[in-house]
Formats: sequence, C-alpha cells, structure tokens
Amino acid sequence: MLDTVLFYSFAVLVLGGAILTITRRSAVHSAISLIVSLLGVAGLYLLQQAEFLFAVQIVLYVGGIMVLFLFVIMLVNLDDAARARQFNRQWLVALAAVAAVGAELGYFFHRGAGAFHIAETAAALPPGTGNTEALADSLFSEYLLPFEIASVLLLVAVVGSVIMAKKRI
Amino acid sequence: MHPVTTVHYLALSAALLLIGTIGVLTRRNIVIILMSIELILNAVNINLIAFSHAWHNLGGQVFAIFVITDAVAEAAVGLGILIALFRNKETVQADEIDLLKW
Repeated sequence: MLDTVLFYSFAVLVLGGAILTITRRSAVHSAISLIVSLLGVAGLYLLQQAEFLFAVQIVLYVGGIMVLFLFVIMLVNLDDAARARQFNRQWLVALAAVAAVGAELGYFFHRGAGAFHIAETAAALPPGTGNTEALADSLFSEYLLPFEIASVLLLVAVVGSVIMAKKRI
Repeated sequence: MHPVTTVHYLALSAALLLIGTIGVLTRRNIVIILMSIELILNAVNINLIAFSHAWHNLGGQVFAIFVITDAVAEAAVGLGILIALFRNKETVQADEIDLLKW
C-alpha cells in the first residue's frame, strides 16, 4: 500500500517535472523543473532497491550535470532566446511520435497491468550482501572491460569539452 | 488500488521517453534540447532498473551506471559545443544554425 502511494507520488514528480521542463520559456525554470524530475527518478530507484544508483543519481545528476547546465545558462546570454519563438515547425513529426507512444499507452491502460506477464523470479540475493557491495562485485569482475572503456570515454569527453570551449588552442 | 508491478514502471518510462522526444523535436533552444536528452536517458534507466528488480539480476543496474556515464560525457561535450557555437554565431536557436544547409 505504501509502495503504491510512493510510486504514484514519485511518478507525478517525474512526469510533472518533465512536462514543465519542455514547456517553460526561461531556461533556468526548465533546469529547476528538470531537477524535480530527476529527484523523482531517484525516488523510483529507491523503491526498486537500487540504493547505490539512488545516491549516484542525486550526487551526479542533481549535483553535477545540473550545476554544469546552470553554469552554461549563466555563460550564454539567453535573454534574446527567451523572447523569441519557443517551438519550431516540426510539430507534425512530434505528433507522430505522440501518436505512436500514445497508442502503446492506450493499449496498456485498456488491457490493464495484470494482462502482461513478466516472469518475476524469486531468487533473491544472499542475505547480508548490500546492494552497493553486490554491484561493485559485478562491476569489477564481470564488467571490468566495459568499465575501463567507460574511463577512456570520460577522458575523451574531458579533453574534447576543453578543446571546444577554448578560444584558441 | 492495484499493487505496483514492473509493467507500471515500463509505462512510466514510456511516458517519460515520449515527453523527452517531444522536447527534442519541437524546442528551438539548444540548452533545453540537451535537457530533453537527459530525460530520455533517464527513461532508459527506469526501464533497466525495473527489469533488474524483477529478475533479481544486477546486470541492469551495472548498465544503468554506464548509461549515466554516457549522459555525463554527452552533457560535457554538448555544452562545450554550445559555448563554441555561441561565441561564433551569437545564437542558441537550433534552426538558426544552418551552415551545412544548401
């Protein structure tokens, strides 16, 4: 019961924040709404017993990426952009995307959640193993090569963004 | 009230993906287009976590970490490109950047 109430309140946070993000005129308002949406996603992670990702979501998204966005909003002069027309003329394409996913959602609500069977196995983790510990075990043994590749990707991104933002190399 | 199942998370994820797609397709401000991309990546993450929880398999959470890594790299490079563009063209509207148009 509590799970259900929490799920729906987080879902309202996520979707409400997302809708405000793509409709606000001022980029700062959009960024604040995006923070609300990302916090809702973090709550959903906690409901799904992904405690490590809950912490990562708050520290990295809300603390890192959103501060980066706000810095760029301050650096780039957005006053003219806030006064200009906000939407382009691609609404037909957007309408097609809405229709496709809307049909999918309509089918879901028509059939009801019980009609879809996703096998939920009962094999739980051994007791005493925390989520963070199990995740670290998996990340540093089974997924070691992707982990190293991700570190190279981050290095490339750091070098690339410095070169992009520099006036003269 | 029905108990919350994996399917509920999938529906929420589809709705978030939909909102992000509309943002990418219709907004003119590049900063908000980048924010919409973050929304799309978060929708993917909700999906991965939901299946990871349903099947008691940590692979989904590991992949969510990689998706977050990609989101960080994308935001850093995208915002760097945005600053370079603003310095050269004095605009942040996506449809005014048409150097490659015939």
